[in-house]
Amino acid sequence: MTRSLLSAADLDRDEATALLDAAVRMHAVQSREVKKLPPLRGRTIVNLFFEDSTRTRSSFEIAGKWLSADVINVSAKGSSVSKGESLRDTALTVAAMGVDLLVVRHGSSGAVQRVASWVACPVVNAGDGTHEHPTQALLDAYTLRGRLGELADRHVAIVGDIAHSRVARSNVLLLQTLGARVTLVAPPTLLPAGVGGWPCETDWDLDATLSGKAHGDVDAVMMLRVQRERMTGGYFPTEREYAAGYGLSPQRLDLLDEDVPVLHPGPMNRGLEISSAAADGPRSVVLEQVQAGVAVRMAVLYRMLAGAAEGAA
Amino acid sequence: MTTLVLRGARPLGGPATDVRIESGVIAELGRGLAGDDVLDADGLVLLPGLVDLHTHLREPGREDAETVATGSAAAARGGFTAVHAMANTSPVADSAEIVEQVARRGAAAGLVDVRPVGAVSRGLAGEQLAEIATMARSQAQVRVFSDDGLCVADARLMRRALEYVKPFDAVIAQHAQDPRLADGNACAHEGELSGRLGLPGWPSVAEESIVARDVMLARHTGSRLHVCHVSSAATVDVLRWAKARGIAVTAEVTPHHLLLTEDLLSTYDPVFKVNPPLRPSEDVQALREALADGTIDAVATDHAPHAAHDKDHAFADAAFGMLGLETALGVVAEAMVHTGLLDWTGVADRMSLRPARIARLSGQGRPIRVGEPANLTVVDPSSSVVVDPARFASRSRNTPFAGRALPARVVSTIYLGRMTVRDGALLQPVGAS
Repeated sequence: MTRSLLSAADLDRDEATALLDAAVRMHAVQSREVKKLPPLRGRTIVNLFFEDSTRTRSSFEIAGKWLSADVINVSAKGSSVSKGESLRDTALTVAAMGVDLLVVRHGSSGAVQRVASWVACPVVNAGDGTHEHPTQALLDAYTLRGRLGELADRHVAIVGDIAHSRVARSNVLLLQTLGARVTLVAPPTLLPAGVGGWPCETDWDLDATLSGKAHGDVDAVMMLRVQRERMTGGYFPTEREYAAGYGLSPQRLDLLDEDVPVLHPGPMNRGLEISSAAADGPRSVVLEQVQAGVAVRMAVLYRMLAGAAEGAA
Repeated sequence: MTTLVLRGARPLGGPATDVRIESGVIAELGRGLAGDDVLDADGLVLLPGLVDLHTHLREPGREDAETVATGSAAAARGGFTAVHAMANTSPVADSAEIVEQVARRGAAAGLVDVRPVGAVSRGLAGEQLAEIATMARSQAQVRVFSDDGLCVADARLMRRALEYVKPFDAVIAQHAQDPRLADGNACAHEGELSGRLGLPGWPSVAEESIVARDVMLARHTGSRLHVCHVSSAATVDVLRWAKARGIAVTAEVTPHHLLLTEDLLSTYDPVFKVNPPLRPSEDVQALREALADGTIDAVATDHAPHAAHDKDHAFADAAFGMLGLETALGVVAEAMVHTGLLDWTGVADRMSLRPARIARLSGQGRPIRVGEPANLTVVDPSSSVVVDPARFASRSRNTPFAGRALPARVVSTIYLGRMTVRDGALLQPVGAS
């Protein structure tokens, strides 16, 4: 396993599979009455979050605590540029406290890579700007594996604001590594520049994609959050028109087989990108994703801290 | 008055000659000349002193990053004898008081001719004209006006500015960036790489569309337009079209846009963050060809010093800009001379003669002949030197060329007949002014 986990592309197929397998074992802990395992006792993990987050930060915190690490949350929101402190100073200051691993989230793409280049400890990217969110891709793959089995040759449609989504970027990379096929669906304004060069297909037509007519049968659908601010940026005119074109409505659900899982990284905009029928219906695996998040992050922390020590022993 | 003799120098790379310099002018050309001070320039190329149309000296306001004095020293080490100090200081150079102060500081440093650029709009706000006539008539005699760093985006203001400078034969230097197509967050060439890296895209069309509009405004007003830091192949097409129709447009390209490409952004190292952004290699090739055929008139450094703490951020949060003065000649040698696109006559034209003409700067960019002001640069055309920012005279270190070997180096610079740099070293310590 690489020293830091900055991008889903850091994982080859064997490493990704090993992590997902380890997460299965970690997942079993969640149903125990006593959930704590001892392997990271005495190790210190800092969640250094420059951007607000509830679910990802809690997920990393629980994962670290269930492995008996000391987990400290540092909210550095607004610390850097606005207070005049450089990112480098913030990172070095926190790392100097004797941290064994940093979990970093930042609103700017590439910020976590920069932090990793300055500090001596391993770094996990918990989301950097509109770039990547590799543990989200791992938990999505974990959830998909639980429903679909092996992911090779499976077809996943990712729908929504691809251009501004770190979830989409990490998922395209990891799903490709695992041998799955991806189709990205969005209006042209919400597809990233140069997406034609990505290892996936793209489409503007959600109905043609979900029905299987455009790119073959769909085995899973991942709906992405669409921020309402995108309207003021002119990416689409109204919520109504977006929902009509790209929302997972009850009618569109009917295009899917009954066993096709529907994923959403949260938080959901009900009525915009996803209807309540889709979010709460039998295809929805949204809460499974949250559970998977803890298991996958336990596996990542374990392999980066304890796994490395075992390898050296 | 001492006389200085350059022995065996090759003007514009031509046959070797001695050059005797006396009382600030070239007194004699020929072999076997004698003087009080002799510089052995055997085999070295002699150029007219380089003229930079686009320099950020950061004074007043950010003296921690650069001052007029340290920037002058960096310019001299880079072979320059004149620089144009951009107006985006704090306070903005939008009044006679500020431009005169910058000019005085430059004269006090005495290393290069420091020519202040005046702002086009008051406070660079893009709303009302700055006091252009007052600046033009001031002791600083401003002839170049620019809101550089920001685009004069409003078409009416741009039209008025072009018209208003006519009595002074001045030029409006436009930072071409439509702020609606590329706002202040845009920091990476919009394309596959920016999409993959998740960096806000800066599409070339944001430059091209403004240049297209502005050449039409220049045609309509009959005024002089200068386009700063051209970065895209399609901008070159627009310039070529305009020049073919006799429109009074000139343009510059930076050394870094002649050599570096967007792929350097993949590490997210903000030393490569610059505005306009580094572009793909096809653009670089088009820019080189345009500079070679004269569609682009000049190389201008866009020397942009920044304190380290303004670069030690995430890419999107770091300051725009890179140093240029002390590496410009070496970069141009690599991108243009070693590729056969320009000879040394061409380098002199694009880095001295034409920039001086665009800025209406007398006494700079002159032919190397008897009676001309002795503003000269001595270049070793075959000495590869590794760029070491620790040796820079600039107060900042944000060079994208650190550790890179460049194939030519400035040996000496002569400003107003006096040597300012000898064998790469400044001849006088920089004052605190």
